[in-house]
Amino acid sequence: MSYPELVTSALTALKSNVLRTLLTMLGIIIGIAAVILIVSLGAGATQTITNQISSFGTNLIVVIPGSLSQGPPSGLGGSVKTLTPEDGEAILGSGRVVNVEVVSPMVTKPTKVVAGGVDVSATVQGVAASYQILQSVDMAQGEFLTEDHEQGLSRVAVLGADIAVDLFGEGAEPVGKSVKIDNRSFRVIGVAAPKGGSPLANPDESVYIPYTTAMKVLLGQNHVQAIMVQAVDPKLIDQTMEDINTLLSERHKIADGDDPDFSLRSSKDALATLDTVTGLLTALLAGIAGISLLVGGIGIMNIMLVTVTERTKEIGLLKAIGAKRRDILTQFLIESVVLTLVGGSIGIVLGISLAYVITQVVNIPFIVQVSSIFLAVGVSAGVGIGFGFYPAQRAAKLSPIEALRYE
Amino acid sequence: MTQTNGHSPIIALRDITKTYITGTNEYQALKGISLDIHEGDFVAIMGPSGSGKSTIMHILGALDSPTSGQYFLKGKDISTYNEDELAEIRNREIGFVFQAFNLLPRTTVFKNVERPMMYAGIPPSEREKRAMDALKLVHLEEKAQNLSNHISGGQIQRVAIARALVMNPAIILADEPTGNLDSKTAHEIMDFFQKLNQDGHTIILITHEHDIAAFAKRIVMLKDGLILSDKENKQYVVS
Repeated sequence: MSYPELVTSALTALKSNVLRTLLTMLGIIIGIAAVILIVSLGAGATQTITNQISSFGTNLIVVIPGSLSQGPPSGLGGSVKTLTPEDGEAILGSGRVVNVEVVSPMVTKPTKVVAGGVDVSATVQGVAASYQILQSVDMAQGEFLTEDHEQGLSRVAVLGADIAVDLFGEGAEPVGKSVKIDNRSFRVIGVAAPKGGSPLANPDESVYIPYTTAMKVLLGQNHVQAIMVQAVDPKLIDQTMEDINTLLSERHKIADGDDPDFSLRSSKDALATLDTVTGLLTALLAGIAGISLLVGGIGIMNIMLVTVTERTKEIGLLKAIGAKRRDILTQFLIESVVLTLVGGSIGIVLGISLAYVITQVVNIPFIVQVSSIFLAVGVSAGVGIGFGFYPAQRAAKLSPIEALRYE
Repeated sequence: MTQTNGHSPIIALRDITKTYITGTNEYQALKGISLDIHEGDFVAIMGPSGSGKSTIMHILGALDSPTSGQYFLKGKDISTYNEDELAEIRNREIGFVFQAFNLLPRTTVFKNVERPMMYAGIPPSEREKRAMDALKLVHLEEKAQNLSNHISGGQIQRVAIARALVMNPAIILADEPTGNLDSKTAHEIMDFFQKLNQDGHTIILITHEHDIAAFAKRIVMLKDGLILSDKENKQYVVS
C-alpha cells in the first residue's frame, strides 16, 4: 500500500474514536506545547536582559578598585584608595592601551538634593564630559558637562529626568535654576532625557556633576570609585583589558604574582554569565518537557496496544487477504506517527498561542524560533515511531488463524 | 502425482497431518488426508465439530502449514513456505469468504474490494476498474461508496465474494459463508456460488449444514481427522 493511502486509513481509524484519540494525544500536546513555550519565553527573556546589558554598552570596561580575590569590594570604591583620575588619563593618553576611545573617571554619592523646599534622594555621580558619549546621555534641555567644567571645578549639575520632575514639577524648565547638593549650591545646566531603568542603575534618578568637583567639594578625596573605558571594537575588548591590566599593574607597582589592587569588568562578562544561567534554566525546563513527552509516549504505546488487541480480528482478515508482516507493521506504525504528529501540531499551535499571550502580559519580546518547531515535529514523529514500534510489531507477528479465531 | 483426466489437479493434498501442541498435550487434528481438487470443482467439506474441518480449511487456505505431508497448489509444494510466502499465496491464489467479520469496519465497500489489489501492488486505475467489475458481478456497484457497516448481511457476503474474485484466484474458499444468514438469503448466496462455479471458478465450501452442502457437486465427509467419504453429490441440481 502507498503512504498516502496508509495515512488516510490511519486518519480514518483515529477519527472513529475522537475522544480516545484526543486523550491519547494529550501527553504529546502538553509536552510539545511546553517545549515551544519554554523556548519562546526563554528567548524573549534572554533578549530583554541582553538588551538591558547592551544598553549599558557592549564595548564598555569598568575598572574598579580592589581585587576580586580579596573578596567583593564594599560598594564602589570600598577602602582601596589607589585608583585615581591619572590612571584614566594614562589609559587614554599613554598610547599603551589599544582600541580605546573614551574614558571617564567616576565617583558616586547617594545624597539629598534640594530645590525650593523640596528634597529628593538621588545618586550624585561625578563624571567627566566624556560620560555623555560613554552612556549615550540624550539631553532634554540645556547642555551636558564640559571639560571646562571639569578643569574649573565648576558647581554645575545635570539632572536625571525623574529628579527634574520631582524637584521642579512636570514641564518645568530647571536650566539656570539653583539646587542644593549636600548644602552646597549648584547651577542646573541641563536635564537628561528619560532613559528607563536598567538592573545596574537608574540614570533617571541620577544627578551628574563634574568628577573634579565631586572629589574635592563633596567627598574630599583624591581617588575615584571607578574608571569607565569605552573600547572602539567590541571584538578586541580582551586585548584592551589585558593592556589596561599591564599598564595599571605597572603604575600601581604590583609585583608579578601579587594580587592587583584593581579589577576589570566588562559587559561581555555579564552576558557570558547570563548565557550560563539561561542555558542551565533551559536545560532544566527541557528536562521537564522531556519527561512530559516520555509520559505522553507511554500513553501512546498503551493505547496502541489496546488498539491492536481490539482490532485482532481485523488484522486476521487483512492477513487472510494477503497482508504481509511488513504491511501490518507499517500500517500501525503510521497510525501512531499520525497520532503523535497531529498531537504535536496541536501542541505547536497551543505553545505559540500561550507564548504570545504571556509575552504580551509580562511585556517581553515575542520570539518563535523556527528551529524549535522543527524540533517539536521531529520529536513527535520520533515518539510515534519509538513508542509505536512495539505495538505495531505485536500486530505484525499475530498468527492469522489465532487472529481470525479471536473473539 | 496422480493424473486425472489428463489434467493436474489444481490442489493435491498428500498425507497431510496436523498436530497441535499445547504445553505437554498433543492433539492430532488431521491424521493423514489425501485429496485432489480439479479446476472447475465445487467441493463441500463436511463433518461434525472436532472432525478436523477447520484445520483442513486453514491448511487449504494457506493460513497454516501442515505438520507433515505435502500440499501442491497448481503443482507447487507450498507446505514448507514461510509466513510471508504464504501471505502472497493467500493474496493471489485464494479468495476467502468467511462466516463473519468479512469486511473492514469504517471502510467503504469499494475500499474493501480494492484492498487485496493494494497488497499485490496493482496500480490505482486498474484497481478501480477491477473492483467495479467485481462489484457489478455481485450486483452491488451502486453500494460501492457505502460504509461496510451500513449494508445488509446478504450484501456483506456478496461484497466478500466480489473481493474473493478480484484477484482472479485459483480457488474460492468459503468457510460457513451462510452461517449468519436467514435461510432465504443463504439460498440466494448459494445460488450465486453455483453460478460462479458454472462460470468456471473452483469453489471449496466448508459447512456442517446438509442443505448448504447440497449445492456442491462433490461432498467430502471428515471424521476424527480422516476422510470418511468422498462422493459425487447425487442431489446436485442447478437452480
